[in-house]
Amino acid sequence: MSKTHASYRADKRRFAVLIGAPSLIWQLVFFLLPLLFLVMMTFWSVRNFRLQPDFTLANWKMILNAGFFQSAYLYTFAISIFAAAVAAVAAFPVAYLISFRLAPAAQRMLIGLLVIPFFTSLPVRVYSMQIFFSPSGLINSVLAGLGLSPVTVLNTPVGALVGYLTLTIPLVILLQIFALNGVDRQLVEAAYNLRCGKFKTVISIIIPSARVGLVVSFALAFVFAFGDYISPQFLGGSNPPTLSILMADQVKSGNHWPRASVVAMTMIFTLMAMMGILLKFAYGRSAK
Amino acid sequence: MSRRTGSMGDILALLSLRGWAIVVFAFIFAPIVSMAAFSFNADRFPSLPWAGFSLTWYEQVFADPMIRRGLVNSLVVALAVAPLSTAIGFLAAYVDYRFQFFGKRLYMALASLPPTVPVVIMGVAMLTFQGRIGLSGTLFGIIAAHVVISAPFAMVLIRMRLADLGTDIEAAAWNLGAGPWATLREVVIPFCAPAILASIFITAAVSFDEFMIAWFISGQNETLPVRVLALLQGQVSPRINAIGTLVFTTSMLLVILAQALTFRSKAGRR
Repeated sequence: MSKTHASYRADKRRFAVLIGAPSLIWQLVFFLLPLLFLVMMTFWSVRNFRLQPDFTLANWKMILNAGFFQSAYLYTFAISIFAAAVAAVAAFPVAYLISFRLAPAAQRMLIGLLVIPFFTSLPVRVYSMQIFFSPSGLINSVLAGLGLSPVTVLNTPVGALVGYLTLTIPLVILLQIFALNGVDRQLVEAAYNLRCGKFKTVISIIIPSARVGLVVSFALAFVFAFGDYISPQFLGGSNPPTLSILMADQVKSGNHWPRASVVAMTMIFTLMAMMGILLKFAYGRSAK
Repeated sequence: MSRRTGSMGDILALLSLRGWAIVVFAFIFAPIVSMAAFSFNADRFPSLPWAGFSLTWYEQVFADPMIRRGLVNSLVVALAVAPLSTAIGFLAAYVDYRFQFFGKRLYMALASLPPTVPVVIMGVAMLTFQGRIGLSGTLFGIIAAHVVISAPFAMVLIRMRLADLGTDIEAAAWNLGAGPWATLREVVIPFCAPAILASIFITAAVSFDEFMIAWFISGQNETLPVRVLALLQGQVSPRINAIGTLVFTTSMLLVILAQALTFRSKAGRR
């Protein structure tokens, strides 16, 4: 009953195809196809509130020339870069402390704590921030108690920034810890032995050798902030609106899907370009 | 290092590092603590001083038919997404572990990239596409979308476990006459069992928490997080805190279970 070599190989191939198919089919149908459809949709037209298959550049022209799109694009780009920079700078001392200055047990416990926010609904955390920063909320009560004038944070770009930091800081700290844990400890020891100060060691040894991970954490913070809808809507008060808000508005109330698709395309191009530039920056300079 | 730890400047530096870390951790955890605390506060307006312990908001949550329906929808979706995305993620991880073929990098990119696309874009893409094929507004539409973003998490978790399975083990099973299917069933799946269970819990938590894609495509079939968004657009409501605390407790239980499973499997390996 021994099988021939050929039929044995055919069995093996069938096995491989059956194992490989489910992921491929699911992601093709429910991930890649919708994204390709989104690309196609940018060339469709809307007549009498109905979508019509078409090949027109009208949506692209309309959106790219619209003042509201251009200002939203610049604002979203600028505030996302700023938020990612603030997150990276605020997170670094914390990541450094956890990676270099704490005992392994404390390190594990804090990393465990930092995972918690990922499983706590962002809208609910943003709701808490709304309460803290409301005109008669906790922050203004404390300021009044100190004899200071109240601050207006809600419905301003600063409010949106608070939301972006809520979203990105736990992620950035975790990624920075992983980056710093990869730094060669003997190199750091050697720097100390050569009487290089702690601060100077951080600047000239630790940051350069963890550069790739640090840049990646900044890039991901940018990606998350750039696409976020919750922070600019519920803390920034859509004042001014971001690209995500434009998209949601076009879809939810304007019912203009082709225009929303164009905005989505500009976001995807921007994210891809930024990732390309940042990764080039991360890996490029090390090859001296 | 020890020679320098005594200096005054160093002690100051360490103190200010710790002080800053406390500020950042307070920023991260204050919203979570406030959510849990105010969900039990009797006062409608979330302000100090504390107005006394109360379960009012939880009672209101469970009395609200729309919230109850959202909870049921979320549970149904998560219960379907967890096994589906884990199975798909497992197979993709096994493909990566076991086979070399032309186009493998593309295959793996497709299997791992979905979570990197901003959810607002995924939401619009899914809505337009699913609307076209009559899926939008159905629970299956939400399940399909959630499997797309959850399967990569399952894939990574199980791939890490497979990295510890020596390549000679499978070969030994084949030499003993077991076919590839029998080897998969009797050797690979039992070996991956802890990671498979862990990813069932993690993917359930991911789906249970997802609000943006569901907000676009759920239509009349709102999930719980979509209901929270609707409540957020209204006025101040401590019910948001109560729902948030319930969802948080559920997700954390799932994550702790997943953690315990992966930890036990690591301990068992030694």
